[in-house]
Amino acid sequence: MDRLPRWADVALVPLVSLLLAGIIAALVLMAIGQSPTEAFNVMVDGALGSAYGWGYTLYYTTSFIFTGLAVTVAFHAGLFNIGGEGQAQLGALGVALVCLSLDWPHWTLALAAATMGAAVFGAAWAAIPAYLQAKRGSHIVITTIMFNYIAAALLVYLLVDVLRPAGQMDPASARFPVGAKLPSLNEIPLINLIFQKAVPANVTLFIALAMAVVVWAILWRTRLGYQIRAFGKSEPAARYAGINPVFIIMIAMLISGGLAGMMSINNVMGEAERLLQNSSEGAGFIGIAVALMGRNHPIGVVLAALLFGFLYQGGAELGLWTSIPIEMRIVVQGLVILFTGALDMMVRMLLTRAFGLFRSQKLGAA
Amino acid sequence: MDYNTLLQILDSTLRLATPLLLACLAGLFSERSGIFDIGLEGKMLAAAMASGAVAFLSGSVWLGLLAGIGASLIFAGIHGLASITFRGNQLISGVALNFLAAGMTVLVAQRLFGQGGRTPPLSGDARFNPVTLPFAESLRDVPIIGPLYYEVISGHSLLVYAAVALVPLSWWVLNRTRFGLRLRAVGENPAAVDTAGVSVVGLRFAAVAITGVLCGLAGAYMATALQAGFGKDMTAGRGYIALAALIFAKWRPVAALWACLLFGFFQALALRPDVVTAVIQVKVPVPFLDALPYLLTVLVLAGFVGKAIPPRAGGEPYVKER
Repeated sequence: MDRLPRWADVALVPLVSLLLAGIIAALVLMAIGQSPTEAFNVMVDGALGSAYGWGYTLYYTTSFIFTGLAVTVAFHAGLFNIGGEGQAQLGALGVALVCLSLDWPHWTLALAAATMGAAVFGAAWAAIPAYLQAKRGSHIVITTIMFNYIAAALLVYLLVDVLRPAGQMDPASARFPVGAKLPSLNEIPLINLIFQKAVPANVTLFIALAMAVVVWAILWRTRLGYQIRAFGKSEPAARYAGINPVFIIMIAMLISGGLAGMMSINNVMGEAERLLQNSSEGAGFIGIAVALMGRNHPIGVVLAALLFGFLYQGGAELGLWTSIPIEMRIVVQGLVILFTGALDMMVRMLLTRAFGLFRSQKLGAA
Repeated sequence: MDYNTLLQILDSTLRLATPLLLACLAGLFSERSGIFDIGLEGKMLAAAMASGAVAFLSGSVWLGLLAGIGASLIFAGIHGLASITFRGNQLISGVALNFLAAGMTVLVAQRLFGQGGRTPPLSGDARFNPVTLPFAESLRDVPIIGPLYYEVISGHSLLVYAAVALVPLSWWVLNRTRFGLRLRAVGENPAAVDTAGVSVVGLRFAAVAITGVLCGLAGAYMATALQAGFGKDMTAGRGYIALAALIFAKWRPVAALWACLLFGFFQALALRPDVVTAVIQVKVPVPFLDALPYLLTVLVLAGFVGKAIPPRAGGEPYVKER
């Protein structure tokens, strides 16, 4: 089979996949008697039409960068970490325990400690499936799915029976102290010239962007990253080259779980300011779509996270202003995963054939 | 705990185990043919919505059942297309279809009925109603066995008995028919089956279609028998519990029955935490009971309770040699 030019492989394949997903989504909207153009306008207007809308879009983007990077790192080691949701929920627990542990004097200290807490708890939750995969050969996809449910059950138990303050009805932790409040984008000098109303996007956005750089550096500029990628490409070859499979599986999943856990500084510390049930709200799963769409590269992940941030905020606006149910965004999410992930080969075959036609025409002309 | 409470719990065990069993057998056929399917959940959900909607509109539960199977088959077809024809990642395809089903069911139900993504309550012929087995009434007064027969065995919907009957049927198909032997072979060593002149693609599509039909039954049972109508996300992770049961049962039909009954029993206990507390004299948190199937599955996967070895060619697309 002919090969695609590199630029087509990197940019065209995801764009065509996205286009196909968009076409199907438009057909779905038409089938339920809605206008796709009107829906698109509402989404663009609500998510990108104002600084306020951007404040929400960037808030979602921040979460999705973390979970997308988490899936990416595991993917490079040949592991499909579907447990980002559970790892994020445990990360949220880490954030809450750190924030509630003392009366923080300044948010920078609280942020540093909470980031550590989130990463450690998320990594710990990924460590068990990783160990079972590395040492006992249990399939990581199944164990991480199971751990999502175990995490949800654990958090229900902790919130109802342990962390809930006496006298409070709803299953949630106490409010975090004032010292643990992160500045939102509208409270940061200079940026507050753009964001004048209170928005949920907060300083965590910069940590997310920094983590994208860190992940890039680890994967492409360190010996460890080389080992992870070699292991993901071919386990027997990596083994032959002296790479320790147990070590790579463990370290890749620890980084992945840590990143998924760190997502929770955005939503738990930055927005809710207390621990609620189901705090991650499916962001762990969106990480899968983001990583696939972003072709498992940090730059792609950041762009795809922005796209999904737009879809999430836009989808919420649809729920508010039109009669299109908010579930539309889950449909789009499913379509994007389907086309960029599962039907990748189909898109490639189509494009390769198109390029082949183009080439033979050129040859014929010459 | 008295005998009546035990019977009540066993009764709900059977009711709750049925969708798990149907979905588990569904997964069994697919995975035995080498196609991983984590989209059981989505197929059940699509079937539940379609059967709930059509049963309400037509007033016939049988048409509802057909619609459920049809919806599930569409999803199974997409999974087959992605993972067999285009050799895509089977796990990713399953994840995608679960999301698609979660969203589409609400969209369609909202469009049809405008009740916040649920279907209107079903009654009468639009539901699978309880079947009283022969002699259940007359034997009721026989001590011990009578109430057991009346309360636990009798009085379920037709689909419960169908699900139990499917267990020996599946065993027979997989172990005693030419189709079943080929199906299992294609999950272990597709190249060998191909060499013998049997179509790998055809067999795998057949297996995926059986999965679709069985998931359709599971979903229709959820909406028309266990509950009266479809509600948003009503399968609540049952597709994943069924997957867990499949591993717990090590991909064998009869063991799947026991695994699903065990997990159904946990679900029944989670509905009656008072009974659990009374029996073991320790207050057990309900979430712990909810998490038990998952915890047990992890233990099985870790190899602490026997070794679970999946079909050898599972998850790998087959590329014909050239």
